[in-house]
Amino acid sequence: MSAADFSALQRPNDRLRRRRVANRGMEILAWLAAAIAVGILGIVVWSVAKRGAAALNLGLITKSQVQFALPGAAEGGLANAFAGSLVVVGLATLIALPVGILVAIYVNEFAPPSIRSFVGLTLDVLNGIPAIVIGIFVFGLLVVGHGYSGYAGGFALAVLMLPLVARTSIEVLLLVPGSLREASLGLGVPRWRTTLGIVLPQAIGGIITGAVLAVARVAGETAPLLLTCAVGVSNNADFNPTHPLQTVPTAIFELSESALPADHARAWAAAFVLLMFILVTSLTARWLAERTRRKLRRAA
Amino acid sequence: MSQVRGDSVSTPSSTIENAVRVEMKRQPLPSRDRLEQVFEVQDLTAIYGSKPALKNVSMEVHKNLVTAVIGPSGCGKSTFIRCFNRMNDLVPSFSQTGTIRYHGQDISSKDVDPVAVRRTIGMVFQRPNPFPKSIHDNVAWGLKVLGMKDNLSERVEKALTQAALWDEVKDRLKQSALGLSGGQQQRLCIARAIAVEPDVVLMDEPASALDPIATQAIEQLLHELKSEYSFVIVTHNMQQAARVADMTAFFSISRGGEGDRWGELIEYDATEKIFTAPSDKRTEDYVTGRFG
Repeated sequence: MSAADFSALQRPNDRLRRRRVANRGMEILAWLAAAIAVGILGIVVWSVAKRGAAALNLGLITKSQVQFALPGAAEGGLANAFAGSLVVVGLATLIALPVGILVAIYVNEFAPPSIRSFVGLTLDVLNGIPAIVIGIFVFGLLVVGHGYSGYAGGFALAVLMLPLVARTSIEVLLLVPGSLREASLGLGVPRWRTTLGIVLPQAIGGIITGAVLAVARVAGETAPLLLTCAVGVSNNADFNPTHPLQTVPTAIFELSESALPADHARAWAAAFVLLMFILVTSLTARWLAERTRRKLRRAA
Repeated sequence: MSQVRGDSVSTPSSTIENAVRVEMKRQPLPSRDRLEQVFEVQDLTAIYGSKPALKNVSMEVHKNLVTAVIGPSGCGKSTFIRCFNRMNDLVPSFSQTGTIRYHGQDISSKDVDPVAVRRTIGMVFQRPNPFPKSIHDNVAWGLKVLGMKDNLSERVEKALTQAALWDEVKDRLKQSALGLSGGQQQRLCIARAIAVEPDVVLMDEPASALDPIATQAIEQLLHELKSEYSFVIVTHNMQQAARVADMTAFFSISRGGEGDRWGELIEYDATEKIFTAPSDKRTEDYVTGRFG
């Protein structure tokens, strides 16, 4: 290598200039794409908030619904929908969380590699099934012959949640360093005891994160609930899962078709509450995930 | 376990200087047939997938001795000692042929529970891997799980004392073990392994991630503990083998056609013999630093 060519660095060069322009151009395009994504979220939140502002008060959550043909309909709330969502999503979590965690433990700690990839594929397929198909499936399974109920709705949402919970749990369990399992197994501790005593405590934060994200994801599901639990509902807050239950997304759907402007405002307000719930839970999940990652890095 | 042989006990007060010279001063071992056997390995071949990692290893390991396994990288040292506590069972593609008798009983057969094997044959790993628990719980957890709940705090103190860690940690047993230095963490791992009263302790390059001072502390421990346990230690470091081991096995890589390579036991003898008068040319080349 001779040192003679270094002066070229300072000479103006057409090709270099072209590269610089192309580089700048790509950078601006990428920035714009990111700005659009953030902008859309901003516009959605803002427009939903603006339209729902009129009906956004505590009464929305605490007051019973009043049918639009009756006097006082404009003052009614959506207590039935919020109570129903609480019950249905709660039930779904109760079913999907333990099953999802057990699936992840089996896949990660016990299954041979062939079964591992098969179950992983199954979870991906399950995750890709449209919610309406799951709604129809549960309709045929639990609603026909038994009627609409919170149980059926909770079960439908649980089917949607299961692959989400299992997938994230598998990923978190993979992060737990193998050296910890070896340490415990090397002591002569059985595998299940190692899993419960060493692996799960390390992973639990991440697993909860996955569960929170899954809750945020299914809380807004509408189609499966229209088919399983939100038909013939009470106007009052009802926490009994054997009854048909109104939920927030199905209430938004029904109110949006109402003739009454006050109903539209209520639908927007309910949408805003739902949106905020999902935003807050997602942010909480992110924070939890970061904490878990830091903890696991320290242990590794 | 408590029978102490004069020939295998070193002075606890040895320092780095005489530890280095230990091979010169070591008393001769009694003849091999007078030593009690812990392991008897016959024709062991270990295979990952379809590639053999080790072929036709036969040797025995004796009670209350430190047995070192040395050799170049990739010669199957770690694979070899992981056969003793069935740790290789965790690798799905692993298989082995031949037998390993532990006090006369074949522990390599499928109907032997690997959990029970690991219960009496403990292991210390290459990198310190304390549980993300407190110092106390690191030792106590295994005891609790394995049902040794009586006199828990005494057992913890005894194990930590034996691992020469008690004085350093006795005032902070409740603190996280992850706050300890690497050398302390490794001694904690040794304490964790011996707390459950194993018969044999396997060590897979226990000092390779540690500085010389911490390494010396670990080697010192081996000298002091071998009257109670039998040790099999894999080491990359020949000086370490010369300092700590009574018996040394030298493994090397053999090559076949089509790029096949596997580990083989070349020579197994008293450490002094391996390092001063090896009978195989390959051992001599290795211990004199001509290869590896």
